[in-house]
Amino acid sequence: MDELLKILQTNALESRENLARMLGCSVTDIEKRIATFEKSGVIRGYQAILNEDQLDLEKVTAVIEVKVTPQREGGFDTIAERVSRFPEVRSAHLMSGTYDLLLFVEGRTLREVASFVSERLSPLEGVLSTSTHFMLKTYKRFGVLMHQDDSDERLSVSP
Amino acid sequence: MNASPSLRDFLNVTVRDIPRSGIRDFFDIVTTMKDVISLGIGEPDFDTPWHVRESAVFALERGVTHYTSNLGYLDLRQALARYAAKTFGAEYNPQTEVLVTVGVSEALDLALRALINPGDEVLYHEPCYVSYRATILFAHGVPVEVETRAENGFRLTRAMLEARTTPRTKVLMLNFPNNPTGAIMSRADLEDIAAFVRERNLIVITDEIYGELTYDGQHTSLVSLPGMRDRAILLHGFSKAWAMTGFRLGYACGPAELIEAMMKIHQYTMLCASSLSQKAALEALARPETDVTEMVDEYRRRRNFIAAALVEMGLPCHRPLGAFYAFPSIAGLGLSSRDFALKLLHEERVAVVPGTAFGVCGEGFVRCAYATSMRNIEEAMLRLKRFVARLKSGA
Ligand SMILES: Cc1ncc(COP(=O)(O)O)c(C=O)c1O
Repeated sequence: MDELLKILQTNALESRENLARMLGCSVTDIEKRIATFEKSGVIRGYQAILNEDQLDLEKVTAVIEVKVTPQREGGFDTIAERVSRFPEVRSAHLMSGTYDLLLFVEGRTLREVASFVSERLSPLEGVLSTSTHFMLKTYKRFGVLMHQDDSDERLSVSP
Repeated sequence: MNASPSLRDFLNVTVRDIPRSGIRDFFDIVTTMKDVISLGIGEPDFDTPWHVRESAVFALERGVTHYTSNLGYLDLRQALARYAAKTFGAEYNPQTEVLVTVGVSEALDLALRALINPGDEVLYHEPCYVSYRATILFAHGVPVEVETRAENGFRLTRAMLEARTTPRTKVLMLNFPNNPTGAIMSRADLEDIAAFVRERNLIVITDEIYGELTYDGQHTSLVSLPGMRDRAILLHGFSKAWAMTGFRLGYACGPAELIEAMMKIHQYTMLCASSLSQKAALEALARPETDVTEMVDEYRRRRNFIAAALVEMGLPCHRPLGAFYAFPSIAGLGLSSRDFALKLLHEERVAVVPGTAFGVCGEGFVRCAYATSMRNIEEAMLRLKRFVARLKSGA
């Protein structure tokens, strides 16, 4: 992957000046390249990675496996895009294996998610069946451990 | 109480007369202070790759808690021979030409003790790793330092060696990529050294522990040059490239007769390297491309950052090409290396190591290790810049 993207993917807040020093180019170069990535849609946004378990949120997340029939035109894309448009659906992936779509769905309560599944998702044309699992605790998200401290065990000066 | 003789009088005179490492000295000062950003740490900040740690846990569960063969596990030696062939470009027989040791530190000691008779001279280049001089002395050799210079990118040349060679010269020690300067040697540089070594009939101990950590091209090993494999001991280990310092695992490759001699000392003094660490090392060799490459990419970005920052603040620094050290000159600022480091520590809470810890000719330089997070490097460079500006304005 492009090295600039790699750095931004681990820290989107890295300053333009630092990026320029790290990659050995000018700040204007960096700005241009980022603008190009944003324009072409490779970079679609910047978000903070939260440890939500630490916040007292009224929120549940469900992982839902969905079996669908591909449409005559557009295959899986048509149904997948339709499902993705619900704001409750935080992410959606087409999968290989025993089901087709994997959804991460958020709601305030279990009941809310359940009603999303029974009233909105299941009735959609092309949805054959769903299987819902509720998430209990998060250990790692986007490559970041949620319960690790950054203590440095090393001696402060060594040969 | 009796007026008993001082216990000092019982000490071996060589040991008694060798000073403590300047690093240790500085460490004692730094530990008394809070909120210090340390650029003084000569070991990776990365965690040991998880699959390696996991394999050590698994080995412990399975009861891999016994002595191993003196040379080390055979499957590890076989993997090491394959790795050495690929990375350093020389073939070694895993049965007789590879010895697994407790870090490169032990291998270095074994190599010197296996070769040196009292009074034999050992050429080594300074500034260098803190242990070299002392290890030569403990082996009853005569350390002969060869000064490398910033103008030359701290590379070693044939002329420098010739000026310091005598009929008693027996061994040449090399360390590239270098701690503390970050210098490397090109193939052409090494060819000159190799020709000299052949002519003078020397043995080389080449410490290539930072071999993987080069940033603008491939590392060339001395042992890949014609004839060198047969008169060199290659030292390498897992501390740096795999971030495995605490595992204490290294190895030596060399001609069977030399490895046999080193093995004898190892057999009687160490017996074998840690069984768990050997298992972990075997696992580390399973996928070096991914583990090591990722760390090297990150070090390169930091190297670029720190080199640019030093230039911007007006501290002359030859471009660091390998290992994870920058070695800027502070000579124009009116302070000795030690005073510079102490003042920087007290005024800005940034720890760097005075160049003199790495030899007398390190005066006028400080070592900044970039084996620490970008956040720390960034903050340390801000503080250093402020500090240098104050010194320059005479405040
Ligand atoms: C040049 C050099 N050789 C050897 C060592 C020691 O390595 P090990 O941990 O394998 O004993 C170091 C550690 O800093 C080093 O910089």
